[in-house]
Amino acid sequence: MSGTHQVHGDQQPSGTQRGAQSGAQRGTHQATYLGMPAFPQAADASTRNTQLRANLRHATHTIRAKRATAVAELDDWSRLRAAGAAIKDRTLRHLDQYLEQLESAVTAAGGQVHWAADADEANRIVTELVRATGEREVVKVKSMATQEIGLNGALATAGITAYETDLAELIVQLGDDLPSHILVPAIHRNRGEIRDIFTEKMSQWGRPAPEGLTDAPADLAEAARLHLREKFLNAKVGISGANFMVAETGTLVVVESEGNGRMCLTLPETLISVVGIEKVVPTFQDLEVFLQLLPRSSTAERMNPYTSTWTGTTDADGPRTFHLVLLDNGRTDTLADTVGRQALRCIRCSACLNVCPVYERAGGHAYGSAYPGPIGAILTPQLRGTQSELDASLPYASSLCGACYEVCPVAIDIPEILVHLRERVVEGGPASVRGTRTVIKPAKGHAAERAAMRAARWALDHPRLLRTGQRLASRTRRFHPRRLPGPGRAWSDTRELPKVPEESFRDWWQRTRGGSGTGSRPEGRKKTT
Amino acid sequence: MRVALFITCVNDTLYPRTGQAVVTLLERLGVKVGFPEAQSCCGQPQFNTGYRHETEPLLRRYATAFRDYEYVVTPSGSCAAMVRDNYPRMGAKAAAEGRGQELADAAAEAVPKTYELTEFLTDVLKVTDVGAYYPHTVTYHPTCHGLRMLKLGDRPRSLLAAVKGLNLVELPGAEECCGFGGTFAVKNAAVSAAMGADKARNITATGAEAVCTLDNSCQLHIGGTLARQGSAVRPVHLAEILASTEGDVW
Repeated sequence: MSGTHQVHGDQQPSGTQRGAQSGAQRGTHQATYLGMPAFPQAADASTRNTQLRANLRHATHTIRAKRATAVAELDDWSRLRAAGAAIKDRTLRHLDQYLEQLESAVTAAGGQVHWAADADEANRIVTELVRATGEREVVKVKSMATQEIGLNGALATAGITAYETDLAELIVQLGDDLPSHILVPAIHRNRGEIRDIFTEKMSQWGRPAPEGLTDAPADLAEAARLHLREKFLNAKVGISGANFMVAETGTLVVVESEGNGRMCLTLPETLISVVGIEKVVPTFQDLEVFLQLLPRSSTAERMNPYTSTWTGTTDADGPRTFHLVLLDNGRTDTLADTVGRQALRCIRCSACLNVCPVYERAGGHAYGSAYPGPIGAILTPQLRGTQSELDASLPYASSLCGACYEVCPVAIDIPEILVHLRERVVEGGPASVRGTRTVIKPAKGHAAERAAMRAARWALDHPRLLRTGQRLASRTRRFHPRRLPGPGRAWSDTRELPKVPEESFRDWWQRTRGGSGTGSRPEGRKKTT
Repeated sequence: MRVALFITCVNDTLYPRTGQAVVTLLERLGVKVGFPEAQSCCGQPQFNTGYRHETEPLLRRYATAFRDYEYVVTPSGSCAAMVRDNYPRMGAKAAAEGRGQELADAAAEAVPKTYELTEFLTDVLKVTDVGAYYPHTVTYHPTCHGLRMLKLGDRPRSLLAAVKGLNLVELPGAEECCGFGGTFAVKNAAVSAAMGADKARNITATGAEAVCTLDNSCQLHIGGTLARQGSAVRPVHLAEILASTEGDVW
């Protein structure tokens, strides 16, 4: 192990110095979603990025088709889906009991359990645990929870370098970038871009990319394998999340495709896992359902390649010390909402991203959080609230086409929650904020829309007034402009306006039927042209 | 059989021809159609933008306007889905807010009698060949709420397949949303336009003369985009195809 380290140590500064330098020079660890514009502005820019559009279209359409095939192989998919939703719902109903059961089981198996109310507390706990080991470097398993809390940035501030070891997370980290997809964080990059990132940046973090690296997938994978191998062999501390935690046994489960996760989970002396409290399932047998639902929905595989499970610590093998940090960070507030709580069923498969026509065109970064796509549009405003302009815009980042709900393996009715959260944005209302029931105010900037909606409703609730408006529109139809001014430009910049007919249906009915409810057959119509 | 037409505000104002087609079609099939003039909008624009409380008077109006009818038929998958899926949710939320069962009862009255046109034809009248004649090449875009909320399945296609003279051509990526989405079309205009542009290009590439849907609100967006792209394909509602006969070509 040390030999490997020394070979490369001759060529470049030690890992600790490397991390400190790169963090200070390039702000790599500080890459953050904070201060991002609202969704419509970010998405507008994405739609004009032809390279991004091409990358996303190719990737999402490929995986979308594969998933459909993998799911269609199972006759009992709809029953599996219902079972997945039911297990999650039951667990969430009794979450307090299952979490305490989990804590007891993990403790009995030699682990230590920590409770974190929010991101800051979780980051503080992990930082102190790493400091206590005396190490300045950690290797990381791909983890959504640590992305959510910005752990890498917090560790960097404390002088600790975190190495991402998942291939896509590595690409993102080397590229001083942010993940844009749950399953494939570098989905916005094509292989040419990845080759360039590896060639330019690997040397700043460790073993450089081989000379003359091509963009062939096998060559890129080999470059990453060589680069990461020294990280695995040197690491004394590993940090992970988990896909599932089993309450009855205290077992944690990580589902991954590369084997890099298993390296991080088994080689280091200390393992720290940061896991959202909604990841608990009651029994080991419940995994039977989720280990069918998850691979087919995410990677379109029948069986997941590397499924690692561990229960506390084992004397002769694996990490000697295991810490579990249970993360709330808005989950209890989400659980308090009878409609929105469905979002806590999510198993992070990404099927909703891959099928979403809005995600395909806006890209993941536009969602301004670790959770992009339809699930992000309902999860982020619940975990973070709806007060910022970005968070208030997320529930509107959908045409409500329902494709996400159709593919969700745990049947989260995403469109229903989107509309529910839109109501919270424009009307405010009761919600749980940091564990306290409160009535939140409507988000700012909706006064004109609210007035317009009220006026429209009033007119629609007075059909005579509606008729007057329709007649006025018909009489002035020759003077209607082809392009609208002001906010109407949002429509007419890209779409022709419809021609207002000479007569509304209402007037036609009145004229031909005399309002009697029935009448003569409609008059002959002009032949279609 | 007391049958009412729920025209919807978009059809009433912008696409009266679709309403005329429904009346023509149903009368040809021997159904007497009523049009209660107290009807208005289902409230979907308000509801889907987050203004649930502004939508409540429109739910009540719907239930009252159609009180005397056994069946309410509407040429809109989206508006039918609004009634069927969202009216009960509005009733449940009002009850949970301590405002009694009145809205829930109104929703319960409205839901079972509401039919999207193709449901009424195939499920109630049990007819797929309506005697239509439409000598054109047509492609079909299944609109999202009919496809995924109402789960219309092959109802529209079976009706189209029975139309004499009609040449149905497949639309690539048919089940992808056109990008209309109500207020989404202006709130997220760039993404909406990008989705619409892709849909319109797919439509034009089929070589069809017309694109058929069950929702004129989506057609507003699809047709507007096709026209801006200079495409000759025209949008047509399924009702207008089914109303057309050899003796009375639409």
